[in-house]
Amino acid sequence: MNPVEVFSTALHALLLNKLRSGLTMLGIIIGIAAVVSMVSIGRGIGDYINQQFSDLGATRLQISSQAPTSGFTTRITPLTSATAAALANPVNIPSLALVAPEYNLSSTVRAGGRGIGMNVIGVTPAYTEAYSWQTQPGSAFITQADVENTARVAVLGTSTVKRLFGSESFNPVGLQIDIDDLSFTVVGVMNRRSSALGFDPNNAVLVPISTAQTRLDNARERGGSLRVSLITVLARDKDAVAAASREIRTYLRSAHGITDPANEDFAIYNEAQQLRSLNQISSLLTLFLGVIGAISLVVGGIGILNIMLVSVTERTREIGLRKALGATREAILSQFLIESILLCVIGGGVGILLSYGIVALGNQLAPNFGLSVRLSLAVDTLILATGVSSAIGILFGLYPSNRAARMRPIEALRFE
Amino acid sequence: MSEQPTTPVIDIHGITRSYTMGDETLHVLKGIDLQIHPGEFLAIMGPSGSGKSTLMNILGCLDQPSSGEYYLDGADVSKVSERDLAKIRNRKIGFVFQNYNLLKRTTALKQVELPLVYAGVGNRTPRAQAALAAVGLEQRMDHLPTELSGGQQQRVAIARALVTEPSIIMADEATGNLDSRSGQEVLGIFQRLNQERGITIIFITHDPWTARHTRRLVMLRDGKVVADSPIENPLDAATSQRPSEAEELESIFQTTYYGGKKEEYA
Ligand SMILES: Nc1ncnc2c1ncn2[C@@H]1O[C@H](COP(=O)(O)OP(=O)(O)OP(=O)(O)O)[C@@H](O)[C@H]1O
Ligand SMILES: [Mg+2]
Repeated sequence: MNPVEVFSTALHALLLNKLRSGLTMLGIIIGIAAVVSMVSIGRGIGDYINQQFSDLGATRLQISSQAPTSGFTTRITPLTSATAAALANPVNIPSLALVAPEYNLSSTVRAGGRGIGMNVIGVTPAYTEAYSWQTQPGSAFITQADVENTARVAVLGTSTVKRLFGSESFNPVGLQIDIDDLSFTVVGVMNRRSSALGFDPNNAVLVPISTAQTRLDNARERGGSLRVSLITVLARDKDAVAAASREIRTYLRSAHGITDPANEDFAIYNEAQQLRSLNQISSLLTLFLGVIGAISLVVGGIGILNIMLVSVTERTREIGLRKALGATREAILSQFLIESILLCVIGGGVGILLSYGIVALGNQLAPNFGLSVRLSLAVDTLILATGVSSAIGILFGLYPSNRAARMRPIEALRFE
Repeated sequence: MSEQPTTPVIDIHGITRSYTMGDETLHVLKGIDLQIHPGEFLAIMGPSGSGKSTLMNILGCLDQPSSGEYYLDGADVSKVSERDLAKIRNRKIGFVFQNYNLLKRTTALKQVELPLVYAGVGNRTPRAQAALAAVGLEQRMDHLPTELSGGQQQRVAIARALVTEPSIIMADEATGNLDSRSGQEVLGIFQRLNQERGITIIFITHDPWTARHTRRLVMLRDGKVVADSPIENPLDAATSQRPSEAEELESIFQTTYYGGKKEEYA
């Protein structure tokens, strides 16, 4: 028998048993499509989380006051504008590129009769760089002069604009708003930022830090320095983050007169560190979805195996007949091998197309749910899944046929 | 045609076949000697369970004996390789099974082409058509087994057995499932193949009337040959009139069987 004969015999046999062929292929298709789309989705979500947090900046550290873990010390030395100024001095902290203190308070913000309770953030001009967050074109931001003059100017986030003026596209620049009965001039609007994990950063009212500290609140300490809520700093680069954190800790301990680490009255929050643990979560998610996919692959594989084994009786008789009519063992085995390969190639092809379709559909639908997820086909998983289901298909297609091909024709013909 | 002192095409000595089932051994064939010469038309009869099919399967190289010698055209079958056995089944022996053993969902033409596929024949269709025509099925080439009567299916099986022009055809109760008219037709086909093409035919049957159309009768009982004799005046299937059935029916129903003609049951 030449290869063309073997091929056409195999094809003919597959067409004779459309249901069996179809079910076998279905097992392969489901196995591949499930595992590939699960892993693709897992990775897509992981990438999304990573991207969300790398947006926040990998060189950023945030310093805030915190009750000592020891719980015995009652005295907390507050962080002040003076602390921020000291951190900004490269003699103290050589690894820093930028220091941006802020003072947060909640106030009632009013515009045209509407009064809304809001978080007002007192900032310095460094704020935009610290958060890589710029004003809209043609808008101003809070200047150094505004800070020095405790000016009554405000910069709004887009969500604030919407809440105060009804529409996000409304241009409030030049208008007056009241914050706690003080009148402020709106000088600018921030760009829209993508919201990270349910928290909307666009819901912001930014004013000069000095104004917040002295006019909207009284943040003056007994010594005369002004308290701050948070000091955001940027390390010179990614590799300097650890050094910066160390330097800040050393400096603040000596400045606050702390010798026992348990008495530390400040916390240094490192987003890069946070990012790493989120990375772990997202790879855990990928693993979880991968396991679900792998289970589907196993189920699909068992499906293939089942169909192959269930048809053994029928096929054993067929093999017996073919042998009685003069088929050699090689002819039988090559027919069944080609049959299995054909099933796997067709099933695998459809499975790959289906996975591709699911990923494309996911990308189509994601924006409808407000997710900027981009799925890409998990090619390595695809190859693995196709390989595994093909191996199962070929193995369990060949095993019974090999057994039947070894039988005497009459045994195979009478097989039950 | 009288018997020629040729070398036998089939020559078996002391063939036994036993089946082991658990700790019991069932001796089905208990030492069979038989010589069959080219061009013979031989019937094997015997009670059910006497080992006819078992013997036939061994002769057809579908099974192997437990002991004994089998020379096919002078060659010791026990020493023939697996590959050459396939060749023998393909070219030298045509086998007709009692239950037809057709491939399901496959047209008559494709069924008959199958042995030619394994023989490596390229232009198969004309030969398959000729074989189907030889059994009178030129009108049924594209029919599936489910679209054929039992007799027609058996004729497809016969066409399949003779398409590779084997020198021996073995038929295990080929007419056993057929009504007398189809049986007579099939019998006629075998007689023609034997007379016109000189094909050696071995024919298992339960029916003495069928056996009378062959030229030698071997009786099997309990795994042994108990009688072996030539048939004096073989009947010709084209002209022979089976005596019984129509008369028997008439005696049952008194009148003609639901209005049909007498000849239909002849
Ligand atoms: N595979 C087997 N395993 C065990 N016993 C078997 C097997 N095949 C046949 N036999 C036994 O061998 C004996 C002869 O069987 P065989 O089919 O040769 O009979 P037969 O003469 O063809 O009968 P029939 O006229 O009913 O077809 C039977 O008793 C049967 O039970
Ligand atoms: Mg029998």
